[in-house]
Amino acid sequence: MRLSALTLLLAALAVVLAASLLLGEIALTPAQYIQALSDPASPAGEVIWTIRLPRALMAALVGGGLGLAGAALQGLLRNPLADPGVLGVSAFAGLGAALTIAFGLSALTGAVEAGALVGALVAGLLVSGLAARFREPEALILLGVSLSALGGALTALIFNFSPSPVATAEVMNWLLGSVANRDLSDLVRAAIPMALGAALCLWSAKGLTMLTLGEETAALSGLPMALLRTAAVAGAALLTGAGVAAAGVVGFVGLAAPHLVRPLVGDEPGRILVPSALAGAILLTAADLIARVLPSEQELKLGVVTSLIGAPMFALIAWRAARSWRA
Amino acid sequence: MSPAWSFEGVRAGPGKRAVLRGVSLEFHPGEMVGVLGPNGAGKTTLLRAGLGLLPLQRGEARLAGRPLGDLRHAERARLVGYLPQERRIGWNLPAERIAELGAPDLPAGEARAIALQSLDRVGMAAAAGRGVLDLSGGERARVLLARLLATRAPLLVADEPAAGLDPEAQFLSLALLRQEAERGAAVVVTLHDLSLAARACDRLVILSDGAVAANGPASESLSPDRLRAVFGLDGRFFDTEDGPVLVTRRADP
Repeated sequence: MRLSALTLLLAALAVVLAASLLLGEIALTPAQYIQALSDPASPAGEVIWTIRLPRALMAALVGGGLGLAGAALQGLLRNPLADPGVLGVSAFAGLGAALTIAFGLSALTGAVEAGALVGALVAGLLVSGLAARFREPEALILLGVSLSALGGALTALIFNFSPSPVATAEVMNWLLGSVANRDLSDLVRAAIPMALGAALCLWSAKGLTMLTLGEETAALSGLPMALLRTAAVAGAALLTGAGVAAAGVVGFVGLAAPHLVRPLVGDEPGRILVPSALAGAILLTAADLIARVLPSEQELKLGVVTSLIGAPMFALIAWRAARSWRA
Repeated sequence: MSPAWSFEGVRAGPGKRAVLRGVSLEFHPGEMVGVLGPNGAGKTTLLRAGLGLLPLQRGEARLAGRPLGDLRHAERARLVGYLPQERRIGWNLPAERIAELGAPDLPAGEARAIALQSLDRVGMAAAAGRGVLDLSGGERARVLLARLLATRAPLLVADEPAAGLDPEAQFLSLALLRQEAERGAAVVVTLHDLSLAARACDRLVILSDGAVAANGPASESLSPDRLRAVFGLDGRFFDTEDGPVLVTRRADP
């Protein structure tokens, strides 16, 4: 049953990745597709292998990371509304990155990534600290939303005082979220911290499942809960920070992915991690495809697409969650 | 033989506040002990402090003779199973998965066998595959009790195992815990229902304002004087065919 769900998700991911390679702004003829396969250096080959492929892979990577981070946070906090974006982790990653750009450090290799990671970790620590104090799911989400607003406000403050319009434009452009114009080295730079974050989240799986029964039962279950919780927070922060550094602030993927897979694989927090990662990858690759193929004067930014789809979904999940809390 | 659980001059509470003010108690294998007291007397604090969920301000608590601080996570989990008062279940896992979480140390196959056995004992075998959040409150409480039984620990601690249950389920819960005591486990339960406690437990510990007000058989612990002083109740035991039954009413001012 679980295997077939995984197979289904993998197949769907393969389909959207293939569509991302085949479709785009430049329409290619069948002959050109064949040429691209036989001669990667041909113009059609360039389009597919050096423009579309890294872009599609980056979307899948970032989406997978956000899906996994969202599933880990939802399990950790026992809250179906938890998500790196909702809890302010993405906003703080954005703030960290904006600070490095504003201080003119973006030319330094890895500086923006480091800024985003530090921002995400700070927010992750704040959220887990708040989660320990406030057990009510509603309270935590509200605190997360205020954290997110604070991150956004501080980022706006940077714009406000930024002497250079170029830096402002750069930050703005990047905050809207995009995976355009990426190459292999961008992919590698994002993949390294994300691999570490994924490993930490997956390692915490047993602890996340045990938390289903609450803090106290988990604390006496024999599992090293303090370590597992830290791993889940750090893992989610690494995945989010690296994702934001690579693609800007892309919201709601972490929220939506776990919800999409629960009907397929069940609710168990430790078991939805991998399926959520796959669903996140599918979602973001598909969203980027939509951003690319919709005819528009200005290219639609990825973060805008996910927010337009994600925000109503958030409202729907909140609606359902609120009904169950009342019960 | 060392007690399964012991407290020596324990002072504890949230922050610097002392809810427990110097409590010394012992709980032994094979006995079922009820911890009673009005709201705020320190029942839950006693359990939490004695399990390492709340730091001790003074004194020492031991599990199987070993100080809490010396025990590793896994060792502590082998020595005690705990059913907390908070019963919120985060996700809709099948009942058998919830019960399996009582035995995370075992290989999957064995954990499953023990989970199914425990569900059978609480009368929930037929619902093993159903999501816990789709069950009624009473059924969910039984599944959580099955998880406690699945720990197979030599000390079972249950905070309000009867709360929110219909009378039949209350008797079932206490009867199952009673069986565990007869098999040699030490069982400690907090209860609000004095009559139920008097019938189900071998010994009653009465807490009042964070101190032990009484510790002994029901007839002694719940003497008319103590009922009036601690609980504000008038009451006494009547002998019946099923043993002594406690009847109480609100004390006249």
